[in-house]
Amino acid sequence: MNQMTSVTPLGPSAMLKKQAASVEFRNVTKRYGSVTAVDSVSFVIEPGQLVTLLGPSGCGKTTTLRMIAGLEMASAGQILIGGRDVTNLSAADRDVSMVFQSYALFPHMSVLENVAYGPTVQGASKKDAVAMAMEKLSLVGLTGLEKRAPSELSGGQQQRVAVARALVLEPQVLLFDEPLSNLDAKLRRRVREDIRELQQNLNLTVAYVTHDQEEALAVSDRIIVMSNARIAQTGTPRELYEEPADLFVADFIGDANILTGAVVDLAGPQAHVQIDRLRIELPHRGVMKGPVKLAVRPDAIFLDETMAQPNAVSGTVRKASYLGTQIEYEVESPIGELFVVQYGRKEPIAPGTPVAISFALQRGVAIIPGA
Amino acid sequence: MSRATVGWIVLGWVGYVLLPWYGFERGAAPSLTDYFVGGSGLVRGLAGAWWLLPILVPLLLALRPALAGSRPVGSSWLVASGLLGLALVVLQGFLIGLNGWTVDALKVFADPGPSQDGMGFGAALTASAFLIILCHGLAARGWCRGDAFVTSSIGVVIALIVIFVFFPVSTILASAFADDGGNFAPLTFLTKFMDRSIWGLDCLTGELRCGVAWNTLFLGVLVAFGTTALGLAFALIATRTAFRYKKLLRVMSVLPIITPPFVIGLALILLFGRSGALSAVLFEWFGVPRSRWIYGLPGILIAQLLAFTPIAFLVLIGVVQGISPTLEEASQTLRAKSWTTFLTVTLPLMRPGLANAFLLGFVESLADFGNPLVLGGNYEVLSTKIFFAVVGAQQDQGRAAVLSIILLAFTLGAFWLQHAWLGKKVYTTVTGKGDAGIPLPLPRRVALASYLTAIPWAVFTLAIYVIIVIGAFVRSMGRDYTPTLEHFITAFRIEGTERGLYFSGSAWDSFFATMKVAALSAPLTAAIGLLTAYLLTRQRFSGQRAFEFGTLLSFAIPGTVVGVSYILAFNVPPIEITGTGFILVMCFVFRNMPVGVRSGIATLSQIDKSLDEASLTLGARSATTMRRVVLPLLRPAIVASLVYSFVRAMTAVSAVIFLVTAEYNMATTYIVGRVEAGEFGLAIAYSTALILVMLLAIVAIQLAVGERRLGRRSAAANAPAVAVEALP
Repeated sequence: MNQMTSVTPLGPSAMLKKQAASVEFRNVTKRYGSVTAVDSVSFVIEPGQLVTLLGPSGCGKTTTLRMIAGLEMASAGQILIGGRDVTNLSAADRDVSMVFQSYALFPHMSVLENVAYGPTVQGASKKDAVAMAMEKLSLVGLTGLEKRAPSELSGGQQQRVAVARALVLEPQVLLFDEPLSNLDAKLRRRVREDIRELQQNLNLTVAYVTHDQEEALAVSDRIIVMSNARIAQTGTPRELYEEPADLFVADFIGDANILTGAVVDLAGPQAHVQIDRLRIELPHRGVMKGPVKLAVRPDAIFLDETMAQPNAVSGTVRKASYLGTQIEYEVESPIGELFVVQYGRKEPIAPGTPVAISFALQRGVAIIPGA
Repeated sequence: MSRATVGWIVLGWVGYVLLPWYGFERGAAPSLTDYFVGGSGLVRGLAGAWWLLPILVPLLLALRPALAGSRPVGSSWLVASGLLGLALVVLQGFLIGLNGWTVDALKVFADPGPSQDGMGFGAALTASAFLIILCHGLAARGWCRGDAFVTSSIGVVIALIVIFVFFPVSTILASAFADDGGNFAPLTFLTKFMDRSIWGLDCLTGELRCGVAWNTLFLGVLVAFGTTALGLAFALIATRTAFRYKKLLRVMSVLPIITPPFVIGLALILLFGRSGALSAVLFEWFGVPRSRWIYGLPGILIAQLLAFTPIAFLVLIGVVQGISPTLEEASQTLRAKSWTTFLTVTLPLMRPGLANAFLLGFVESLADFGNPLVLGGNYEVLSTKIFFAVVGAQQDQGRAAVLSIILLAFTLGAFWLQHAWLGKKVYTTVTGKGDAGIPLPLPRRVALASYLTAIPWAVFTLAIYVIIVIGAFVRSMGRDYTPTLEHFITAFRIEGTERGLYFSGSAWDSFFATMKVAALSAPLTAAIGLLTAYLLTRQRFSGQRAFEFGTLLSFAIPGTVVGVSYILAFNVPPIEITGTGFILVMCFVFRNMPVGVRSGIATLSQIDKSLDEASLTLGARSATTMRRVVLPLLRPAIVASLVYSFVRAMTAVSAVIFLVTAEYNMATTYIVGRVEAGEFGLAIAYSTALILVMLLAIVAIQLAVGERRLGRRSAAANAPAVAVEALP
């Protein structure tokens, strides 16, 4: 299979003629009858960035994407693309293309006809339309397959046809609606890298919907986490993982052990937090003295079956699963049931073994301000 | 402001200033200047028809945004112009009739007041322009995602349904409640409604006949039971046995659909009538006296069973195939015997199908007009009674209206019952999951019962069709079996004269008229039906449920009722179209549109909605998307609705018999006339010719529209599905 990764950085002639545009939502709300699918959402996607809308199903992320496309009309609020108000423009009038979850390739047209559809309905001559389509097909590495029917292609190839078709009009904004959900796990990783590379090479503004947090962390410049029709947190992948704004984000992005502790002392930007017998120093993130919730990543918990550390919390391994690159444990302890991952260890600790529990100091532990 | 909007504003002006406002002028043919400009709304208005002048106001209003104005302001002007224009056109049309004011209260000002004819091209064009301007205005205000094509489509379909379904039906209601003078008279209605000839129960107690309503109901229930039972037997044989002649069953199920409804009745007469073929044999060999037993309930019952069993079969075969074999296998692994499984799993799962088949049989029987007309004898049913109330010696339109309301109530009641009974229960057993089960073979006693009912019946049906063919080629069935082409020659003679061919056969006029009307109405039906299906499945707008009900309502209205309501509604201004070919076309379009809607919905809901959306995001507007993406994928539904509406237009009798004229005589009404005149040979010959033409037309439509190209491995399933989809 040809790869999109074979794309070399393009010269100025092949660069998009149009500038990538920003997308801005100002207090956008979408209601279906009494149900509010998107509730007063505001955000900005900067030009040339790949921003992921991430959240569990039913959180409003797809509705948000469809409102950017113009497939749904906002009930209230304002939508701007490239600084222009497009709130009341229909999908056909917006300079936005979309790659659908099901790819939505027209089954009665060949691959070439599918990709040439955009320019054709825009009134381009047949020759120009074909030339534009061929250019994009070679961009995604499908040259030679243009006569095929979509049903004669593999899932990954169909996906690339969908991308080529969306790119052919050189839109200001490109939208992806869970583009990887119909691919198998191995292919998924490669295609997401291809998409990221394409986006960076062509300097596209991309909005990308997914419910897979790993996928979101891998491809995004920024992530908008949505929950219950609202934005839970916006930030770079690292910010979300390391400084979750609330319990939902902490739990949704990566796994996290939510522990209860108490801030005993504030010193500048740092706080001293007491968890059972453990005492750690963390950025305080605006909390006051008193009880707090902490998000502790599974790989930031160390287990020591020799019980060498005197200040550690002691616990017992309940379950151990060997997964090749890592070993996962369930540990029972006074601070709660813990989920722990250890990398690069050879022998799993046997269930029933008492262990000393300690936390990593530099990373993987954060105060959750909202909880 | 889009170019389309400007175009429609221009068209509105053209309709008002240039085209003749009134249509179908009595008197001399107008000259060309008369035709353009001279008879236009503006000229008429200045020349005394003052009520046409206010229409200038909305036309001027529409110009305001065309000249200048930003988008939101412009849209308000458009909406105002459209609303006001439509209101004015409708108001003047209904208030001023042929003989002055139509409302007595207005006679205070002038008696009888001004008068006017029915609307013509100008009025029609201007009114449509107002409608479209209104819809464009609403789209600009953000309705339907700001899509003018969608709002306009909704507007047009609603307007057509209001004019050609709701308006006639409400006219018939009004006329039922009115006395001869046209005044509101509920007492007259009550007397007519409670009439002994309708509701009498004398047949239970004495020698006299029962009321026509009871007759109709009794016949309907009998036919519904019979067709459901026979259809089930056929469906079980076709799907669950190794019966060798399944293909033949399929063919036989299509035949009655392309047979004009009364032809079966006719064949029955030729077999069992006083001089029928079988009667003659019975008399000569066994001394059974010739009698008229076939005329009356037995005859109608047999004819309708023959005609409508295939419909039950087509409904039930889909249901039987849809039952997941895994469910039956599950039942068997739980130690149920095959008979128990059939009784407790298979049969209950078929319930919606059985109810549907029953309902269709009932409704078809109620609506059937041809067979009772040919075979009825003294057994009167509502549909024929309505006909004779209109055309018979009584000429009582009020009575016809009352009878129509009863018939309408029966059919709507049947639909309501079905809906209430099946309602929200879910019987879907075909899921997206793979189903590897093998259907359970029929328990022996069920198989036996099926064979015993189905096979004699199939033989009988075949015999009927053999009779039809033979009857066309012999001099006189039952009396003189000399082979002859005489009937065909009488009907379809073509003489070669020096000025070319001369179609001197007696059937040619009606044949050409039928072909013309059928060929015009089929594409219109398909277009409106599929457009409606598209709106119902692909768009969301308020009032969608009511919209859906309106589009499907015309299907529940029996043809006779449609016929009566059309002559009541369209015989007087403002819409005066009786006697034209146009009314026949519109009648067929709205009778058959629901089938287009149904098959369109069925096909569209299998097509991923994101295909449309992909097209939209690529910059194609709704109209382009419709043309380039939706229509090519809708080919099976297009074929189905084209075939159905074409065939229905060729075979329908009930509604058209009220609407035909000397100029636009239809084949079916001509044949019915021949039957009443006793010219059975000619009638049969013409019918066989019609059946042949329809077969050719179906093949031609298939070829013209073509298969859907999906690049899948096999499209074989599409071809035989046409006949199934052609049914409601």
